[in-house]
Amino acid sequence: MSESTAPVPSPGRAVDAPVPTGDRLAAAYLLGIADDAMVYAQRLGEWLTNAPQIEEDMALANVSLDLLGQARGLYAHIGELDGTFRSEDDFVMLRDEREWRNVQLVEQERQDFGFEMARLLWFSAYQVELYAAAADSSDEIFRAVAAKATKEVAYHHDHAHQWLVRLGDGTDESHERMQTALEAVLPYLAELFDDDPVSIAAAEAGAGVLPSSLHDAVVTRVAAVVEEATLTLPNDSRWRSRGGRQGVHSAPMGYLLAEMQHVARSHPGATW
Amino acid sequence: MVTTTRTAPGELEAAVGSIPDPEVPVVTIADLGILRSVAADETTGVVDVVITPTYSGCPAMEAITAHVSFVCRAAGWEPRVSTRLSPAWTTDWMSDDGKEKLRRFGIAPPTHTPAGGPVPVALGRRTVACPRCGSDDTVELARFGSTACKALRRCEACRETFDEFKTL
Repeated sequence: MSESTAPVPSPGRAVDAPVPTGDRLAAAYLLGIADDAMVYAQRLGEWLTNAPQIEEDMALANVSLDLLGQARGLYAHIGELDGTFRSEDDFVMLRDEREWRNVQLVEQERQDFGFEMARLLWFSAYQVELYAAAADSSDEIFRAVAAKATKEVAYHHDHAHQWLVRLGDGTDESHERMQTALEAVLPYLAELFDDDPVSIAAAEAGAGVLPSSLHDAVVTRVAAVVEEATLTLPNDSRWRSRGGRQGVHSAPMGYLLAEMQHVARSHPGATW
Repeated sequence: MVTTTRTAPGELEAAVGSIPDPEVPVVTIADLGILRSVAADETTGVVDVVITPTYSGCPAMEAITAHVSFVCRAAGWEPRVSTRLSPAWTTDWMSDDGKEKLRRFGIAPPTHTPAGGPVPVALGRRTVACPRCGSDDTVELARFGSTACKALRRCEACRETFDEFKTL
């Protein structure tokens, strides 16, 4: 491990920043993967006491916990790779909005339960394919985290699958609302499969997975569920969110961070 | 002259292996397959203990680490506890004795994982025997239970609800 004192990336300078190389490239790539899991874990945690039934409070909290664990498995490793030796708490509690690399899908505000199931269906399908492909990564920790998580995310996908069928093939109202939800998540999906400069370089270097290579398998997986649920996969969206992997986020992200980081920032170093 | 009183490595390993799981205290971390290795170095007095989580976010890992360290120190050893993710934990590592302890405690033990990884399972299609009366006539109530590793089921024969240790 190099002892070099790399400067901590400063907020607001990420867009169009040069693509790093070597270990820093792997770190930059894995940060997107970890941030996706962390931010969605935070959103899903909001369902505790808000889900339609207590079993679903438990279910979404459990999914959240799995995602939190996946993120934790990566952050300390990323801090070593990029030479900053930041801890998991440094990454999660002390980074500003522009330093986060998650896709905008996971930061969107919690809406109705149908929206959450549509988001979970897509995101879990994406993670199933991503973690399967990660088996070929040159990064040992990424391989281990992915191998560990692969059954977890398959279970999440199965959970969303069951709700899609129950709601889509349910009453007229549940069908209509589930269909609306599929349309509501649509603008945020393209970003999952965008080949940004860091992902392209990381895939070429052997550490990362090229996002666009996951697209067909994920769509096939989701389409099968949507059909079984008597729903229709909507046509491509008129506008698409962009920029999460470069640190550009939508309005809800700042509020999410404010809530998540408030205690850690107001009382630095506090323990209980 | 300082005399160190350490227990024998075999005894230490048995003591660490007998630590109960904090969430399901009827089984030990050895029964569950969470404890991967105990390597005691008699020259240095350091013992390397490797544990693995059942689920990525299992909140019990910190309690288990603390308990392992406590047991090692009490036995005169200096612990170094590390967490290893690979190879990923599977319920196939659970001992038969551990599964029987779970069943007697009222938790349906996991069955064997199908080859080729997880397959989508529709509601209630798997056969899980009731740990209380043994009937196979059970249904799933909730796929996520009181801990990350459990689901909730009900027996249609004796009408009892029970936890199922999910097969992973």
